[in-house]
Amino acid sequence: MTKKENFLKGFIKENPIFVFLLGMCPALAVTATFETSLGMGLLVIFVLTSSNVAISLLKKYIPEEVRTPSYIVIIATFVTVVKMLTEAYALPLYTALGVFIPLIVVNCLILGRAEAFASKNNVVDSAIDGVGMGLGFTFALIVIGVFREMMATGSIVYGEYLKFFVDAPITLFSLDWIIGLFTNNFSITEISLGMFSLPPGAFIALAFILAFMQFRKHKRVQREIEEKKRMIEEKKKAALAKKAAAATLQKAGAN
Amino acid sequence: MSWTVFATAIISAMLINNVILMQFLGICPFLGVSKKTSSAIGMSAAVMFVMVIASMVTYTIYDLILYRYGIPYISTIAFILVIASLVQLVEMILKKFSKSLYKSLGIYLPLITTNCAILGVSEANITNVWSSTTPFFNGLFEATAIAFGTSLGFGLIIFAFSSIREKLESSNVPEAWKGVPISLVVAGIMSMAFFGLAGII
Repeated sequence: MTKKENFLKGFIKENPIFVFLLGMCPALAVTATFETSLGMGLLVIFVLTSSNVAISLLKKYIPEEVRTPSYIVIIATFVTVVKMLTEAYALPLYTALGVFIPLIVVNCLILGRAEAFASKNNVVDSAIDGVGMGLGFTFALIVIGVFREMMATGSIVYGEYLKFFVDAPITLFSLDWIIGLFTNNFSITEISLGMFSLPPGAFIALAFILAFMQFRKHKRVQREIEEKKRMIEEKKKAALAKKAAAATLQKAGAN
Repeated sequence: MSWTVFATAIISAMLINNVILMQFLGICPFLGVSKKTSSAIGMSAAVMFVMVIASMVTYTIYDLILYRYGIPYISTIAFILVIASLVQLVEMILKKFSKSLYKSLGIYLPLITTNCAILGVSEANITNVWSSTTPFFNGLFEATAIAFGTSLGFGLIIFAFSSIREKLESSNVPEAWKGVPISLVVAGIMSMAFFGLAGII
């Protein structure tokens, strides 16, 4: 596997949420808005990368029998670091994510990558794997977050929880801009589905996204089956034509 | 320390702030072991067992050791280690003293270490129940009540969900929605139903 493939595999092919259904708790709980999803994703990228690096550095010194507890302690250390940093530099995000910051420890994705990748590969590959998988996780969270926030409010806001680069909350995108081109007496907030920012909406939004992924996969599989059928049909035809040609040749020879 | 506190804590943890449908903790076992009713019951019994003991132990450790000696920031590391070793301990004790209980719960116990509901309830108890002025036994009582109610809520949802899912297996679902997506829709509708209980306390 090249380094580029190693980096890119987390986005679609081995996406932790959409394909392997790992780390579903944060995927449902913190994705009410685009911003909380982004914040959670950044924290997971940091923890995943640093724990992957630490574990691949220490893999020779960790006895086989106490592998999992040692990994958990390493991960928990980085989670504590992240928790304190968030509390110091992004307090609104810290209160919004709440109990889900310490719960990064039991995120199956991180322990899974430690077991499956970092304990077998060298430092550079493990770091690339950590960043790539973390970005894939963040990508999935952001897809869910954008979907839910668009459904719930019709616009995407940045700056409420993560106060980097902006002083006051700004609107990144709003459907009102498009509606405003045509009419002025109607706003998207009147017809938005507030349910999507509440817990039931989380389940249903994720269900829609997973169903879409499954639909695409199903279509691709069906197309492959049809392709195979056609190939077999063509081969059969070619074989029959050959047989017929041979038969006529034989007939000609007999005559 | 009165029974009203106990009852309120149990009802609010079980029905109003339901652990799966409102707080999204323990989604992995919710989707993983809810294909059959029998495994759902085994899992929820094991979770109830471990959750009550774990939140008692973590609350005690936080109050009597971590806070007293000025190291509360280490709580995440301490809690996950306590829970992991507690699960091992429970497994060993069950194996020694109750073979029948071990047979029915044994295969679910190792899965519980990475069940986020256990750590989540322990952490939430520290933020919501614990304060430096609360007497130790009052806090411990309330934390235990909340853990018990939470595990009852977990068992209720996972049992109801597994019953629905058994029916769902034999129904005609569109190809794209088969499996996890339709289960998530069911969970969403259940979650909507539980919103109706929000006003009872």
